[in-house]
Parts: sequence; C-alpha cells; structure tokens
Amino acid sequence: MAAISREEVAHLARLSRLAVTEAELDTFAGQLDVILQAVARVGEVTAGDIPPTSHSVPLTNVLRDDVAEPCLPREEVLAGAPDAAEDRFRVPRILDEEA
Amino acid sequence: MTDLIRLSAADLAGAIARGEASAVEATRAHLDRIAEVDGQVAAFLHVDEAGALAAAERVDRARAAGEELGPLAGVPVAVKDVLTTRGVPTTAGSKILEGWRPPYDSTIVQRLRAAGTVIVGKTNMDEFAMGSSTEYSAYGPTRNPWDLGRIPGGSGGGSAAALAAYEAPLAIGSDTGGSIRQPGAVTGTVGAKPTYGGTSRYGLIAFSSSLDTPGPCARTVVDAALLHAVIGGHDRRDSTSIPQPVPEVVAAARRGATGDLSGVRLGLVSQFSGEGAEPGVMAAFGEALERLTKLGAEVVEVSCPHFEYALPAYYLIAPSECSSNLARFDGVRYGLRVGDDGQRSLEEVMSLTREAGFGPEVKRRIIIGTYALSSGYYDAYYGQAQKVRTLITRDFTAAFERVDVLVSPTTPFVAFPFGSRTSDPYQMYLADLFTIPTNLYGGPAISVPCGLSDGLPVGFQIMAPTMADDRMYRVAAALESAVGTLTPPAL
Repeated sequence: MAAISREEVAHLARLSRLAVTEAELDTFAGQLDVILQAVARVGEVTAGDIPPTSHSVPLTNVLRDDVAEPCLPREEVLAGAPDAAEDRFRVPRILDEEA
Repeated sequence: MTDLIRLSAADLAGAIARGEASAVEATRAHLDRIAEVDGQVAAFLHVDEAGALAAAERVDRARAAGEELGPLAGVPVAVKDVLTTRGVPTTAGSKILEGWRPPYDSTIVQRLRAAGTVIVGKTNMDEFAMGSSTEYSAYGPTRNPWDLGRIPGGSGGGSAAALAAYEAPLAIGSDTGGSIRQPGAVTGTVGAKPTYGGTSRYGLIAFSSSLDTPGPCARTVVDAALLHAVIGGHDRRDSTSIPQPVPEVVAAARRGATGDLSGVRLGLVSQFSGEGAEPGVMAAFGEALERLTKLGAEVVEVSCPHFEYALPAYYLIAPSECSSNLARFDGVRYGLRVGDDGQRSLEEVMSLTREAGFGPEVKRRIIIGTYALSSGYYDAYYGQAQKVRTLITRDFTAAFERVDVLVSPTTPFVAFPFGSRTSDPYQMYLADLFTIPTNLYGGPAISVPCGLSDGLPVGFQIMAPTMADDRMYRVAAALESAVGTLTPPAL
C-alpha cells in the first residue's frame, strides 16, 4: 500500500506554499512514497521511554549582554529585496478584499 | 616561482612569510589556474578577482611593514556558496537567491579575512546543501577532476573539486549529513566535519540547524587542521556555539604525521561490515586499516546497533528542520519574487515564487518535512526519529568507552557517473550511509584519502568523541603519512 497519495502530496504542497504543477505531482507522489516507506523504518525501533534529542549540544538559555550595537545598513539590506518603497520592504496584497 | 598552485597551504604560507613569493603572486597563480581549468571543472559559481587581489595586497603590505602574519596569511581559499560574503553574490546553489549580495559576512568569512587568507570565490553546491553530487545545483553540476564524467560528491562538490583541480589549496564546506566528507572522499582530498558547535553557523544559510556544521577542506591533513584552527572557536552570535577553545588540532596533526599510533584503539563498527558498499571500497579500507595497525594502532570491533536506523532518522529530522528553515524564502526580504502583478495576494505570490525558485530536491524535502511534522504523523515520524537519535548517541558514547575513535569507509561507493542516481532520490541518499551517524551524534569526523578503486579515490573516515577533534587529526595524519596524497590525472 502506498504511504502517501497524490492528493496528500498536493495538500502538503499547498501548506508549504509551493505552487507545484500537475506533472510535478505525478513525479513527486511516487518518489515521496519510496522515501517515506524507507524512513518509516525508524518505527521498528522500540523507543517508548527514550527521551528525544533535539540538539547535540546541551546548552540552555544562552543570552548575550544587553548592549546596543549598530544594525545592518538599511540601504544595503533593501538593495537585496525584490521590492522596496519608503525605506521598507514592499509586500504584495495581504488582505482578501479586492485591492 | 614555478608551481605555486601545487604547494600545500602550509608551504605556500611559509614561502610568502619568507618573501619567496608574494601573496599577490600566489593569488594571481590561482586565478590563472581557475581561468585555465574551471571551464571544464565548474567548481566556482563566482570568482572574486578584485576582492582577492585587494586582500593579497593587504597581506603583502603588512609583511612589508614588518607586521606578524598568521599561519595562513596570503593563502587562497574557496568558500562554499552557503556562507554569506558581504557584497559578493551568495546563492546557496539556488535560483531563489540569484543575484543576492548579502549585507554582512558570516563569522567563518570574517575569521578567514582576519587571518589574512585570500577568498578567491564561491563554490558550487547542491541547492541549499541538499544532495551528494552537485547535480541538484540550480547552476549545473561540478565535474570531478579525476574523471569529468563523474560527480565530485555533494553537497560541497565545488569546494572539493577546486582543491583536486589545484584551483585553491584550501576551501570551506558545510556538513549536515556528509557534505564535507563525501566530496573529500570521491575527489581524493581531505574534509573535516568539526564537532557540532565548534564552528559558528552565523551567516551559514540554514538547512538543518541541529546538524549544520561548517568546516575545513584541504589537500593535506595539516592544512585542514590549520584552517580548522583559524575558523573554529566560540562565537557569541551563534547560541549553539560551544564556549570552549578549539581542540589542539594542528599539534595533533603534526604528531600524527610522525607515523606513530602506538596505544591508539580504533573501533571497527560491526554494523558497517560492508553491506551496501562496493567491494573495491572495502578492499581499500581494509588495506588502510592494516597500515594503521603497522603504525601501532589496535583494532577493536564494536557494536553500534542503532546505526542502521541513522539514515531513516536523518531523512526525517533534516527535512523537518529544512521545511521550517526554508519558510524564510517568501519573496519579500531577499531574492526572487514571481507573479507580483498588483492583483495577486501575498500568499499567491509566495507560492509562485517558491515554485519557480526551488528545485525538485528542495521541494521534495520541504514536502517530506511538512508531512513528518504534521499532527497525526509527528509522533510516528519526527518524534520517533529524535528518539532514535538519542539511541545513536548512546551507541557512540558506549563505543568511546572502549576505543579512541571509530573508523569506516567515508562513502559506500566511489564517484559515480552523472545521472545514475537522480531518478530515484533514495539511491542518492545512500551515499550518506556511513557519514550520517556522526551528524546525529554531533561529534567530529574526517575523511582522508586511503587509496584507489578502479582508478578513483576512496576515503577513510575517522570519527571522534565530541570536542576531541584532535584525535581524528592525529589518526588521519598518520594514515596520510603511510598512503601519501593522491594526485589526479592532469586536466
């Protein structure tokens, strides 16, 4: 049985903000099924009480001194943006209503 | 000066310090070499001739003024395009960042500049460091100097190929699942993954934040150690950076180069007995192991029962983290924006931008990660993989109570022909079989050339305990002293 269907891949792509094509869905569905069946092998390990590891370095609450430092130059940062206006990033329409 | 491009970094720095060559001459020689061969190799995405010559002139002026030079001053270095360089294009091998010039330097690059090394350019890589061949670079693959019809490894194939083609004596890579070591193995060069947290991730474009580790690439073990010492150490800008000094890697490499390994215990992982590996790779590995025992090392078989689950655990953890990290590519702050016609919503523009800007492997991993993190699947996939990660760490800890380092081949197969593993993505993932356990554990590991199989280089991997990076350099240098460096056919 397939681990993942074409419809599920389409749903996940929407959640991931990827406007995938129909052709990509055809290719990905089979490939992702192979990958998921392979990685599902982690389920063979009996690990009920084992604590999870999120990170190999046991450091917590790393804070640095609260000292003001200059931030990046605004012109250089905005120069790399796809669109900027009035010293800010310009974004496409963010509300559902007609612009 | 004849062959400045064939000197080791240590020898080249010595020649510059003694005034036998200028930093500008050394840089010019490498820029000329790049112009001569990079059309065939395609190791570089961007060559910064003006920046390199300016940096070299500063070294020459400092020397003329009698200033003390660092141990790598004036030596050219190639930087993987995953590290930000202020004002110099940085793409991470992706169309979504095409043309982006970062407003800041990564910590690794800051330290390279402070040490007087000369950054000659940015090297090709699989997109966002996801891949084992550079075939997933949006800018086309890099070719292996040993055989231009074969892959140079990945993701850092550009850095490794630049070394093997004598385009630079030093390079920087980043290793999330083997992206420094596997390219080192298949190009006959040295690649070291430091302890996680031993090198700063500030300015390293994130793939999988709990695994990503920048590190040194070179043609000799001592050169890798010298570069490691320059780039390593605590960085307050990276909250996962370990607040301890860099282990004594240079001294350990020099000690190992004397060829004495008496008292060193090498752990042979019984789960890595060769299943899934090419016979030629296992033969070269076995010969290298014999050489090490002749140098005084003792071989002890150790069992790491959970290593066989490392590959599945990794291919859940890394995509999960990548699906979150790559959410920052939203078409607003940097890079590409597609479909912004004044009518479409932010969400539509974002989806069109990411569709156009990401390649297939990146999309696959984002989708897998989104799946593994979604409610209903989280416990069975991501949560379970994190528990397996704990068990793999315990396997390492138990093994290091009995032995000083673990050893294995770096990768199961030598450089493969282009196109042979792209149609089935899981076949590509198998290249990481031996390198991935270390990433999940967080310890250091190095790949050093140990011989040839069918005329192609084989890498020998040495894995050490966390913050014992010096141990792997000692063993690697000893093996290098017995094997010698590998020289590819002339381009």
